[in-house]
Amino acid sequence: MIRGRALQFLRRVAAIVEKDIAAELHSKEVVSAMLVFSVVALMIFSFALDLRGEMAEAAAPGVLWATVVFAGTLGLSRSLAREQQSGGMEGLLLAPVDRSAIFFGKAAGNFVFMGVVEVALLPLFSALFDVPLLRADVLLVLVLGTVGYAAVGTLLAAMAVNTRAREVMLPVLLLPLAVPVLIGAVQATRGLVEGATLAEVGSWIRILVVYDLVIVAVSLLTFGSVVEE
Amino acid sequence: MGRWRRDEGDVVLLAASGVAVMAALGMVFLYAPREATMGDVQRIFYFHVASAWVGFFAFFVTCVAGVGQLVTGARRWDMVSLSSVEVGLTFITMTVITGSLWARPVWGTYWTWEPRLTISAVQLLIYVAYGMLRASVESPERKARYGAVYGIVAFVTVPLSWFAIRWWRTIHPDILTGGEGMAITPRMTLTLVVAVGAFTLLYAAVLRLRVSLERARDRLTRVRLNLERR
Repeated sequence: MIRGRALQFLRRVAAIVEKDIAAELHSKEVVSAMLVFSVVALMIFSFALDLRGEMAEAAAPGVLWATVVFAGTLGLSRSLAREQQSGGMEGLLLAPVDRSAIFFGKAAGNFVFMGVVEVALLPLFSALFDVPLLRADVLLVLVLGTVGYAAVGTLLAAMAVNTRAREVMLPVLLLPLAVPVLIGAVQATRGLVEGATLAEVGSWIRILVVYDLVIVAVSLLTFGSVVEE
Repeated sequence: MGRWRRDEGDVVLLAASGVAVMAALGMVFLYAPREATMGDVQRIFYFHVASAWVGFFAFFVTCVAGVGQLVTGARRWDMVSLSSVEVGLTFITMTVITGSLWARPVWGTYWTWEPRLTISAVQLLIYVAYGMLRASVESPERKARYGAVYGIVAFVTVPLSWFAIRWWRTIHPDILTGGEGMAITPRMTLTLVVAVGAFTLLYAAVLRLRVSLERARDRLTRVRLNLERR
């Protein structure tokens, strides 16, 4: 009985993710915007910080995460704005689906979009800065950081699309709440790049995990209040 | 909702906080000893710590009121939530400013990424964003809901930010923050306790006033609506 329900819940979440991916494959507006922005940001960082040699190696984790975080705000607000403009959110709310399934679906969709961009960025980073970032442990940090960021970002973007300021609102709301992700992920990535093992950057990993758990729980509890009409 | 009136609670609280703040001022300047290495500059510490505590406490109240708002949907909770953010912002701004004033003579710079100072600055940004969010939403009912949700989510990230910032700074030790060891005497402790108590009372008094202002605004809106209908 409980297993049946859990399966049903997962199927609903999967259906929402599938819908988002299908829409994205059709329009390609979220991922392409994030990707192009990231490459431009990368270039701007190189000009601003004169990233060469040792300097590049020291700055790479910070530049990577700053790029991911800024590109993420673009993708998140685009993804929720699309839902809003097409009336998709109303449709989802009318469907006989739990609010938490809608939240998981939207957050997972945004996680996938951000993930695609990150995976595309890693080889580019490794090549440009001569820092080996395409590694399993760095990927793990990326996943942990992105889970919490996509979750809280989805919740806040759902609010931001209903405000007058819209695109400006999301980064202002989201970035100060993402301080633990940014510090934790940058420090973990830096440690790994400098040759530490996963266990040695354990306290940063722990901060990311706790953040993910707390944020997902709070977002789940409050998402219903955000989307209710 | 009852009629607007200045109730006795307001007056008593205001008077009590006035007396307490005067007492704290007296103790800070006359009773507390002069700190050996930092000198008189250190006296700003009492106001700095007290306002930091009140700021954090105010945002905790916002978070609790936010939960109350989401559960009951009552306007009363939203008034407390909003008012507490505004009062808290005033105190946390004081924290950041007094921190900078303290840092200048002691560490030779207006800003250090000292964890406690940094977390105050992060809180300042978060709750400025809270104000911007509310200002950018039209419907009062949605304003209340969004404010409640943001107040809750924001507050749960504060302790995590605190740990992240602290570890970040201890792993990369900063020479500037080396002079933290301050010899605390019992007189200093007592002064700090009184200062914290006085600021907390002041917070309660201002919060009550701010809530009754909000209530008066509601009443004004209702009166205007009634007049228009006639």
